[in-house]
Amino acid sequence: MKKYTSFRAAKDHISFLFDRKSLFLISAFFIFLLVIFFISAGIGEEFILPWNIVSILSGHGSDFDTLIVQSFRMPRILLSILVGMSLAVAGAILQAVVRNPLASPDIIGITGGASVAIVLFLALFSDINHSLTISISWMPLAAFIGATLVAFLLYLLAWKKGVSPARLVLVGIGLWALTKSLTTLFMILGPIYQVSQANIWITGSVYGANWSNIQIAGPIIITLLMISFIMIRTVNIQDLGEEIAIGLGSKVQQQRLVLLLISTALIGTAVAFAGGIGFVGLMAPHIARKLVGSSFGALLPLSAFIGAILVLIADTIGRTLFLPIEVPAGVFTATIGAPYFIFLLYKQRNV
Amino acid sequence: MLLTNNGRRITGLVIGLLLLCIIFVFSILLGYTDTSFKTVIQAFQHFNGSNEHIIIKEVRLPRALIGTIVGSSLAITGALLQALTKNPLASPDILGINSGASFFVILGLMFFSISSLQAFAWLAFLGAALTSVIVYFLGSMGREGLTPIKLTLAGAAMAALFSSMAQGFLVMNESALEEVLFWMAGSVQGRSLKILFSVLPYIITGTLIAFLISNKINVLTMGEDVAKGLGQRTGALKLLIGTSVILLSGASVAVAGPIGFIGIVVPHIVKWLVGNDYRWILPYCGITGGILLLLADIGARYIVMPQEVPVGVMTAIIGTPFFIYIARKGGKNS
Repeated sequence: MKKYTSFRAAKDHISFLFDRKSLFLISAFFIFLLVIFFISAGIGEEFILPWNIVSILSGHGSDFDTLIVQSFRMPRILLSILVGMSLAVAGAILQAVVRNPLASPDIIGITGGASVAIVLFLALFSDINHSLTISISWMPLAAFIGATLVAFLLYLLAWKKGVSPARLVLVGIGLWALTKSLTTLFMILGPIYQVSQANIWITGSVYGANWSNIQIAGPIIITLLMISFIMIRTVNIQDLGEEIAIGLGSKVQQQRLVLLLISTALIGTAVAFAGGIGFVGLMAPHIARKLVGSSFGALLPLSAFIGAILVLIADTIGRTLFLPIEVPAGVFTATIGAPYFIFLLYKQRNV
Repeated sequence: MLLTNNGRRITGLVIGLLLLCIIFVFSILLGYTDTSFKTVIQAFQHFNGSNEHIIIKEVRLPRALIGTIVGSSLAITGALLQALTKNPLASPDILGINSGASFFVILGLMFFSISSLQAFAWLAFLGAALTSVIVYFLGSMGREGLTPIKLTLAGAAMAALFSSMAQGFLVMNESALEEVLFWMAGSVQGRSLKILFSVLPYIITGTLIAFLISNKINVLTMGEDVAKGLGQRTGALKLLIGTSVILLSGASVAVAGPIGFIGIVVPHIVKWLVGNDYRWILPYCGITGGILLLLADIGARYIVMPQEVPVGVMTAIIGTPFFIYIARKGGKNS
C-alpha cells in the first residue's frame, strides 16, 4: 500500500499529498475530542446523559437542561478547545522556530508578559472602592499587548546579525524572570482583594467563559490557526538547517519573524481569555511529534487537537472532581506537564 | 582585571568593607521615618522607647543585617555555581534552586502548618538540595555533558514547575496567599533577628566550606581532566561545593525568600575586578553582594512611597538587563 494518497482539484492547480497514517491519527483524535466534548457537557453538578446532549444541541431538550448546557457549560467547553488549540499550535511553531524542543511560551516569558499586563490593568483601573473603572472586556486587549511587547523585546534583544535559537531561549528566560517579579510587584501594589483574583487568572482558568468571549476569541483564533497552517510549510525547509534553507532560497529571518508574530498572537489571545494555562504549548506538540513525526503539515493539526483535549480534560476535572471547589485548569496542566517536561529533558539529553 | 597585584586587592577589600559599613549605616538611617545619625547612636546607648528608637532597633537594624548576610550568601552561591557548572549564567535563581526551596517552605506552611523556624530552614535546605541534584543531573546528561543552554533550560523548567505548583496551591488558599506573597517575591523587610540567628550557623558553615576549598576550586575551573591529572578528587570537591551551595541558598531563602539576580550579577562584577582567582573572588563576592542587596533594599523603600517594593523585584529589575547582556555575550561561545 502506498504511504500517501494524492488529491487533485481544479485541473491540477490545487494538489496535496496526504500521509495516510497522519490522516488516520488526526481523525482519531478528532473523534476522541468529540467524545470528551459530550462527556464534559454532560457532567457537573447536574448529570446529563451524552445522547440527551445531542438532542439538547439540536434544540429538543428540556428547558432546564438546555439552560445548563447552553449557557453554562458550552461556552466554557468551547473556550477550552479554542485555547488549547491556540496554545498547542503556538508552542509547535515556537519549537520549530527556536529549533529547540524544550522551548515553550511559558518558559521564554511571553505568557509572563501577558500576566504582567493583566495585573497592571487590575491595579491601574481600580478606584478606591476596588471596583474597575473601565469594562473588564478590555482585559484581553491588555494581555495581548503585554505578550506582544515581550515578544518584541525578546526578538530585539536576541538580535545580533540575525536571531540564533540559543540566544532566543536564554534571553527569554531572563525576560521570564523579570515578568515574574513585575507580576508580584503589581499584585502587591494593587488592592489586596484582587490578589487572589489575579492569581487564579495567572494560574490559568476558563471559569469565566461566556458567549461574548467566544464571539471575540473564536474568529481571531480560527483565523490565526488558518494562517499558521499555511505558513508552517516554510518550517519544513528550515528544519534542514539554516544554510541549506537560505541556499534553497528561503528568506529565513523574515519567515522566522512572521512565525514568531503568529505564535505571539495565538498566545496573547489564549492568555487573554484563559490566563496562563501552562505546559500545554510544550506537551501537545511533543505528543504529536511522537505520533506523526516532524513534518509540520500533519504535526500542526494533530497538536491542535491534542492541545484542545488536554485543556478540556483539565478543566472538566477541575470543575467536577473537587466540588464545590473549582480548581483552575492550569493547576492540572502543570501537574501533568512538569513531570513530562523533566522526562523530555531526560530524553533530549543527546540533542 | 582591574586590581592586578595582591597589595591592590587587599586595599580594594578594605575599601569594600568600609563602603559596606557606610551603606549599612545609611540603610539604618533612611526610610519612611527619617532619622538622624545622632538618634541612631542614642538608640543604642540610651534607649528611651520612643518610636524612632524602636524603629531603629527593631526594624532597621535587623533589616540591614539580614540584607547584608543574605546578599553575601547569594553572591557566594552564584560564584560557586558558576565555577561548578562552568556556566556564566548559573545562579541559584536561574537554576531554580531558590524556587525549589521556596516551594518546599510554602508546602510546609500550607499543609503541615509548620511554624518553627528551624523546620523552615530544613525545608528550604531539602528543596534546595533536591532541585540542585535534579537540575545538575538533567543538565549534565548526554554526550556533550554540561552545556550552558541545557543547564539553563533545566533550571528554568524546574523554576517554572515549582512556581506554577506553588501558585496552584495558593489559588486554593487565599489567606496563605496574602501571607506569603511578599515573602515569595523576596524581601528582607519585617523579619526578626530570630529568623536570621536560627540559620546563621548554616550560613557560617557554608561560607567557611567555600573559603577553605577556594584554592581547589581554582584548579577545578581549569577543567575536570586537568584537576584529576593534578591529583584532585573532583567528585569529593564537587560534593563540597554542592553542600555549600545548598546551605547558603537554602538559608537565604528561609530568611528572605527567593531573591534573584544577586547571584548572577555580583560574581561578574567581581571577576572584572580581581580576575579568576577564587581565593579573592569569594571574599569580594561576600562584600559586593552585601553592598548590592543593601542598595537595592534602600531603593525599594523610595520607589513607591509610602508603600514598599519587595527587594527581590528591585534586584530583578536591575539584574535582567545584566543577564541579557551576558546571555548575548555568551552566545558566541556556546
